[in-house]
Amino acid sequence: MTYVLEPSQPLFAVALAPLVVGFVHWLKARMQNRTGAPPWQPYFELLKLLRKEVVVSKQASWLFRCVPYIVFASTVAVTFLVPFLFVPQRFDSVGDLLAVVYLLLLGTFFLALAGLDPGTAFGGMGSSREMTVAAIAEPTIAVAIFSLALGAGSTNLGRIVRQALADPTTAISPGHLLAFAALFIVALAETGRLPVDNPATHLELTMIHEAMILEYSGRHLALIEWAASLKFMIFLSLLANLFVPWGVATDFTPTALAAAVIALLLKLGLLAVLIAALETRVAKLRLFRVPELLGVSFVLALLAVTSSFLLR
Amino acid sequence: MKTLFLAMCAAYGLGAIAALVGGRNSLGRGLVALGAIAGAGVGLALGALVIATGIPFVLSVSELLPLGGGLALRLDSLGAFFLVVIGIGAIPAALYGAGYTAAYENGGVSVRLLGAMFNLFLLAMSFVTLADNVLTFLLMWEGMSLTSYFLVMTEAGEERTRNAGLWYISMTHAGLVMLVAAFLLFTAGAGSGAFADLRASAALVTANVRDTIFVLAFLGFGSKAGIVPLHVWLPRAHPAAPSHVSALMSGVMIKMGVYGLLRVALDLLGGGPAWWGGLVLGVGVVSALLGVLYALMEHDLKRLLAFHSVENIGIILIGIGAGLMFHHYGLMPLAALGFIGGLYHVLNHATFKGLLFLGAGSVLHATHTRNMEEMGGLIKRMPWTALFFLIGAAAISALPPLNGFASEWLVFQSLLAGVNIPVPEVAVLMPLAVGLLALTSGLAAACFVKAFGITFLALPRSAEAAHAHESPLSMQFGMGLLALACIGLGIAPFAIVPVLGRILAGVGGLPDAGAEFTLNVSLQTPSGFGQMSPTLIACGLLLLIGLVLSALWLFRLNRQMRLSDSWGCGRVGQTARMEYTATAFAEPLRRVFAEIYRPMKELTVDFHPGSKYFVQSIEYRSEITPWFDQSLYRPFLQSAAFVALQVRRLQAGSLHLYLLYIAVVLTVLLVVARWS
Repeated sequence: MTYVLEPSQPLFAVALAPLVVGFVHWLKARMQNRTGAPPWQPYFELLKLLRKEVVVSKQASWLFRCVPYIVFASTVAVTFLVPFLFVPQRFDSVGDLLAVVYLLLLGTFFLALAGLDPGTAFGGMGSSREMTVAAIAEPTIAVAIFSLALGAGSTNLGRIVRQALADPTTAISPGHLLAFAALFIVALAETGRLPVDNPATHLELTMIHEAMILEYSGRHLALIEWAASLKFMIFLSLLANLFVPWGVATDFTPTALAAAVIALLLKLGLLAVLIAALETRVAKLRLFRVPELLGVSFVLALLAVTSSFLLR
Repeated sequence: MKTLFLAMCAAYGLGAIAALVGGRNSLGRGLVALGAIAGAGVGLALGALVIATGIPFVLSVSELLPLGGGLALRLDSLGAFFLVVIGIGAIPAALYGAGYTAAYENGGVSVRLLGAMFNLFLLAMSFVTLADNVLTFLLMWEGMSLTSYFLVMTEAGEERTRNAGLWYISMTHAGLVMLVAAFLLFTAGAGSGAFADLRASAALVTANVRDTIFVLAFLGFGSKAGIVPLHVWLPRAHPAAPSHVSALMSGVMIKMGVYGLLRVALDLLGGGPAWWGGLVLGVGVVSALLGVLYALMEHDLKRLLAFHSVENIGIILIGIGAGLMFHHYGLMPLAALGFIGGLYHVLNHATFKGLLFLGAGSVLHATHTRNMEEMGGLIKRMPWTALFFLIGAAAISALPPLNGFASEWLVFQSLLAGVNIPVPEVAVLMPLAVGLLALTSGLAAACFVKAFGITFLALPRSAEAAHAHESPLSMQFGMGLLALACIGLGIAPFAIVPVLGRILAGVGGLPDAGAEFTLNVSLQTPSGFGQMSPTLIACGLLLLIGLVLSALWLFRLNRQMRLSDSWGCGRVGQTARMEYTATAFAEPLRRVFAEIYRPMKELTVDFHPGSKYFVQSIEYRSEITPWFDQSLYRPFLQSAAFVALQVRRLQAGSLHLYLLYIAVVLTVLLVVARWS
């Protein structure tokens, strides 16, 4: 039974991811008094891109053509480890939170190489900035993981969720709240949202992620965009289910699963509203202000570990 | 075992002799490589045999060195592990060297000396792992340092090489002084230089003396391993040496420092107070972070790799420091976890750093430059080298499922387990170490995007890069072996970790931790802190890529592909000058860490004499001088030079004056002797 059900969870995440991004865009448009595209617009865009022909730069090498598949595969691999609806049982021992972080770094690494491959200034600029942000975000993630692992006695996601479900008061402990704040800032930086990167800009000197993938087109671009929305959803679900795991199914009864779907949608919706409101209110930071923001998140994460250690 | 040992010595010896008589032609070079490969292969077999059977190999020839207890050799499992590391690093390097030294055929370089020293270097290094008394150990240690000094000096015609050699020989001898002092202190208590006697007497030595021995040994071995701030010779000597020698020095030789530290601190002294571990861990964190930060600013490919060796030694020491700390608190399974993480990284670093140095050597061989700003586009001209370098770059960046990830994961887990230490300070400082280690690995990934992207991707930035050619087959084969090792060690930790646990069993009272790790595909830490399986991750990634490709094929989504120019905002034509440079790539990080780098900038603008609105030329120069060079070594070197100058006043060159000195000293001594 678990062998049938467990792979359905990644499938669910892969299918839902574009909708989450579309929903944030739609919310943002509404908050800015625009009509905006419907939330399911990203599906049409993916379909359109998949049908179009691919234009590859003459200067690019074979690596450029392999990267979209590596990025997509590594991001999908992460979805097997993340508890979206229920706690993975067979896959929980395949990878822990550190594996999740490094699998995502694998995608970033190759995407940055692909940015350098066509030899344009935009691509290099995007790669350089993306790697800078990724490198500075890394310590916060690690320390936040530490703080989560401290409570559960394990870095494996299943153990963390089960521990939090068994002892619901941990969700409101100061260590948890601080770690949540730290990881939230990092999630914004890692997924290229405001105030670190502006996902709505195209062809501006301030862009990061968009500059890096500027040379991609057709199905390559579709895979990269899909992977990006999946990464966004992974971070939101981690925030939702590691810190507030209520609703995550621990057994496979239909009622539990239905409750899990509703709970996840509610939590994702709340986070989406939060992000849309933030993106409406906040301006993009200068690139060299970003380290300060990430520094703040690192301090928050350190405080989180210290407090969860002292209050243990 | 004795046969294996003698075969190893004979192979290295024959290789050295073949080098001396063989000469520069391909036969001579082939024989040199054959000797080294055979020697390293037999050494590897000997090491593997000792690890597999658990029976140490003992050989004592007391007639050879009658003074200090004779030539005593004993290969236990810890030494055997390092002998295996030598073998794994040396076989591909020797193979590669056969092709690489062809470039020296008609140069001013002594290929004979290079070949002979290469074999002797490997022999001396193997003997370091075998040594069982102080005299043998120090002699072999010095033999290893001297032979590697000659290897560094291969291209002695260049000023920079001589300078590098000077730095190397002085640093390594400063380290030797510390080691001699440490061992003298130690033997004074034991009465004999045999390691068994030292081990037995360690408990009787007073705490202060133990601490002094430990600090001296740490500094001595640290100068060889390349800890900050004793690492200054690494970025100088590694680029100067021929690339296959750099691969060996960086991949294998600096690990002998780690071996020495483990041997003295854990085995002979049997562990110590918690601050030993704290010191090793702290120095490890600082080395890791500063190593990667300076690597980021480096545009000389081999210097960049040398700084990364400092970083990786730091990561190894983090594992070992954590292990020593747990050892003090009696948390033996966790101590084993830290040491296993460190040793695993030793093995992994030997493979991927060896691979990267060989790759850099191929690039140097093809373009005749080490400056990354003059490279580019090599992936099209050197496809195999590019692929191997990419595997090495991904492995050193700790990307799953390659080997760097497995060992860094273990080091991370051992730090996370730090919360089990019942002292608040320790448990609160551990997260900081976790954060800095994570920062290090993130920066390493950024640095290798730079190293690979600027060197191999985009358009060639110079004529040499545009006309580069793939390296000969022997060189490709050497790199390919190491690339396979990187993948194999990455996806098979479930087979390696229990072996490492068995190696450590008994050293410093550690239990056999191999049993603590479940021997299935996943990798579990003793306290059940984390679990993962690189094997399944690798399978999953391959499976998913296959799934995506077949799905695209199945749905017949447009498979058309058109080649076109890169999109360039309307400009026509693309040249290499439009590309991002290595300097530009690292610029954001240079700004972020400006407090550490303290870069020197110099902007000279030449205006037109008529009006300052017309600029005739702009010159921009920026340089980063590491602070330890400036504030640590410069004053020291200056004062040494000053003292030397003062001494020169005495040395007037006049024989009469010298006779007077002798007379005065003699009189003074006689007076002192009379009155005391």
